[in-house]
Amino acid sequence: MATEFKLPLLAEGISSADVAELHVAAGDTVEEGQILMELETDKAVMELPSPQAGKISSLLVKKGDTVQVGQAILSFDAAGAPAPAATNGETVKAAAAPVAEAAPVPAAASRATAAPPASTNPWADGKTPIAAGPATRRMARELGVELAKLTGSGSGGRITSEDVARAYAAKNSGGSGGGIAVSPLPDFSQFGPVEKQAYTRLQKTVANNLSLAWQIIPHVTQHDLADITDIEAARKRFVENAGKNAPKVTMTAITMKAVVACLQQFPHFNSSYDPHKSELILKKFYHIGVAVDTPTGLVVPVIRDVDQKSVVQLANELTTIAGKARDGKLSIDDMRGGTFTITNLGGIGGTAFTPIVNYPEVAILGMSRSQKQLQLSKAGDLEERLMLPFSMSYDHRVINGADAARFLVRLASMFTDPFRLLVEC
Amino acid sequence: MTTTHTELVVLGGGPGGYPAAFDAADHGMQVTLVDNGNGPGGVCLHRGCIPSKALLHVAKLINESREAAEWGLKFGEPQIDLDQLREFKNSVVNKLVTGIGQLGKARGVNALQGTGKFLDSHTLEVTNPLGQIVHLTFDKCIIATGSTPAVPPVFQINDPRVMDSTGALELADIPGKLLVVGGGYIGLEMGTVYAALGSKVTVVEFLPNLLAAADRDLVKPLQKRLEKQFAAIHLNTKVEALTATDAGIEATLSGEGVEPKQLFDRVLISIGRRPNGKGCGLENTKVVVNDKGFIEVDAQRRTAEPHIFAIGDVAGEPMLAHKATREAKVAVEGLLGKSVEFDNIAIPAVVFTDPEIAWCGLQEPEAKAAGREVKVVKFPWAASGRATTLGRNEGLTKLILDPTTERVLGVAIVGVNAGELIAEGVIAVETAAVARDLAESIHAHPTLSETMMEAGEAVYGQATHSYRPKRG
Repeated sequence: MATEFKLPLLAEGISSADVAELHVAAGDTVEEGQILMELETDKAVMELPSPQAGKISSLLVKKGDTVQVGQAILSFDAAGAPAPAATNGETVKAAAAPVAEAAPVPAAASRATAAPPASTNPWADGKTPIAAGPATRRMARELGVELAKLTGSGSGGRITSEDVARAYAAKNSGGSGGGIAVSPLPDFSQFGPVEKQAYTRLQKTVANNLSLAWQIIPHVTQHDLADITDIEAARKRFVENAGKNAPKVTMTAITMKAVVACLQQFPHFNSSYDPHKSELILKKFYHIGVAVDTPTGLVVPVIRDVDQKSVVQLANELTTIAGKARDGKLSIDDMRGGTFTITNLGGIGGTAFTPIVNYPEVAILGMSRSQKQLQLSKAGDLEERLMLPFSMSYDHRVINGADAARFLVRLASMFTDPFRLLVEC
Repeated sequence: MTTTHTELVVLGGGPGGYPAAFDAADHGMQVTLVDNGNGPGGVCLHRGCIPSKALLHVAKLINESREAAEWGLKFGEPQIDLDQLREFKNSVVNKLVTGIGQLGKARGVNALQGTGKFLDSHTLEVTNPLGQIVHLTFDKCIIATGSTPAVPPVFQINDPRVMDSTGALELADIPGKLLVVGGGYIGLEMGTVYAALGSKVTVVEFLPNLLAAADRDLVKPLQKRLEKQFAAIHLNTKVEALTATDAGIEATLSGEGVEPKQLFDRVLISIGRRPNGKGCGLENTKVVVNDKGFIEVDAQRRTAEPHIFAIGDVAGEPMLAHKATREAKVAVEGLLGKSVEFDNIAIPAVVFTDPEIAWCGLQEPEAKAAGREVKVVKFPWAASGRATTLGRNEGLTKLILDPTTERVLGVAIVGVNAGELIAEGVIAVETAAVARDLAESIHAHPTLSETMMEAGEAVYGQATHSYRPKRG
């Protein structure tokens, strides 16, 4: 008899995942722990290891499928295979013998309405009904919101009527500004050839998050230039002398440290605003997100407790986590809990840009390419200086323009005068 | 013969039919309620839930008057006036039937007494008790024809001493020896009534357990008590034949250690109920009736005919009055074109024995059978103050939880008033509450409902009134 393997709970609050890549096929023999497939959730791509050794008798999903937690994804041929070992932390066990209740098809039914017989047991075959009360279910039905696609904000992942209202609003604003309904796009193929590329879940999540941030936050961007001539020279000297295996101390790593010093001086830059309670939540920890461009989209891994780490440690962590991001190996925890974000486009080019705040944070620092510029020295002489452009966008509900200017001036001064970095960080 | 037209006909006036008729009328429909009984209410009111509960109340009083001797309260043996008892039971039924009739009238529901038969998908032929026939054409229809006690041919020996539940509720006499065939809820409830009235009750169950659908943890305390009240409980035993003799009904039993020939004054056949999907002319429509007699419906309770709905026992398991009532509301909304579904996940089941048994949602045996991992917490009523004041510590409150989210997937209770207590369980399961919601909601003291709270507490270690020694 075959045993089914059902999608286990991947992480708290994750109820479904898309099959991004399949590593096995029906008929394959796998080891326990062998990676069966890669699953893409709203937040991360995860590998799904096999719960047991054995031969895969059938594969019940294909690439691109959306799989619900608890849904059977493949079955193992039990013949000659050891009994399914209960992997630790597994919350879903393979059903020993799923009894398929054959739904009798009405013979004379000319319409497709008489589908499942009324006696259908909502608990049959190990199914768990959606965690939402009757009033919420009714509301969802009436608004045309698919509950199975929502992540509940209530205890135990319970979907509340507020969750449904939010999903409905998001659906009908089409992710654009001000809740304005987006009319369908014209058929562009009437003007010329087109190619359609489906968005991955990660891309959809990024798009939704950015729309949300853009809608909610009144953005202002403050620009400034930091003279990094001296600190860049020092950084280069350090890197050259540090030896081959030492972590590469980058300007991003130094900036993280400097930013935290400024956040400590301007605590409301390290906060979130709760409009429902009209209160500002000041965070007493400094977890800095760093935007990373990956082949599959933008991700923002978070480096924790930056205030307690040295620049070398930060450089080390940045290298590791950026690698993980590019390989699609970031876990959801790697991307949670940030308090401020840095996005550095200096490696590519540009003189300035207006980054979007990573909601629910209240500020984001953009870095563009450093350029040599002629500056007047105090003595009035023309000097060639290396200037780093900063562009900081902020939530104007929380931060006023004068404070933003002060913050950025303070930050720039730390680069201009590296002694301050030493003293204040 | 006359022909009349109605916008909506509801066929069957039970706990599915009459709420459907009322609800439709409240939504402005012109409704005709066709019922073959003597007033609305169906089996539930006339020959089921209601009269049996009136009698069970009496049975409980008798049993408690005897048990009170242990607390220093001694009564004499009860004098049972069977005529007056029957009158009490009938008065309860009549009071409710009259009330429903008035509610229907007030809503302008046209009541038509008679048996309905479909001539086609828009015409119902109604034959009243006098044999007069009316052709009723309709735009829409809700079928709520219910179910009938199942009596296999082998037991149909045409002797009034062999009864179904309807006969048992008539209370013709108090038999000296009563055989109850079938250890389901009807058999145990009626057995309890007759045992309290003085009959020696023997229950024969073909399966290895009483109340086969229920969790063993719940049945155990009940069975223990019933073993004292009943003359015998024979499990794994089959009634092969019933033979009428002048001395009584001779039953041929086959089961290990069971006397094969036994004589009874009366026999109650309570092996289950069959849906009334056949015999009402549905073959003249596109409505699909399956082999068991259930009408095939979708989630809105719509049949293969888009304008005909079916609800209640005839529309599928579980055959319970309260399921039918909910389906009635769903079907009416469906008729009105609203977006609606019967999507309930907690349909309470209550056995009104003493102790009562009640459950809803996912049950432990079901989870085990499906290989689903669940977390089960039990709070024994030995630790309940209220249960102790009642002298009834045998109860148990049990939660079946999702091991990860601690969502309450099911609740199971055995004990005094379990049928009332399960309401909290239904709300918990249906609204996807988690164990902490129960544990941290204040429950009145001293009540049996505290056992729900304490079961919730037990999830997080210890319940206040129950200590489990730490392992170590």
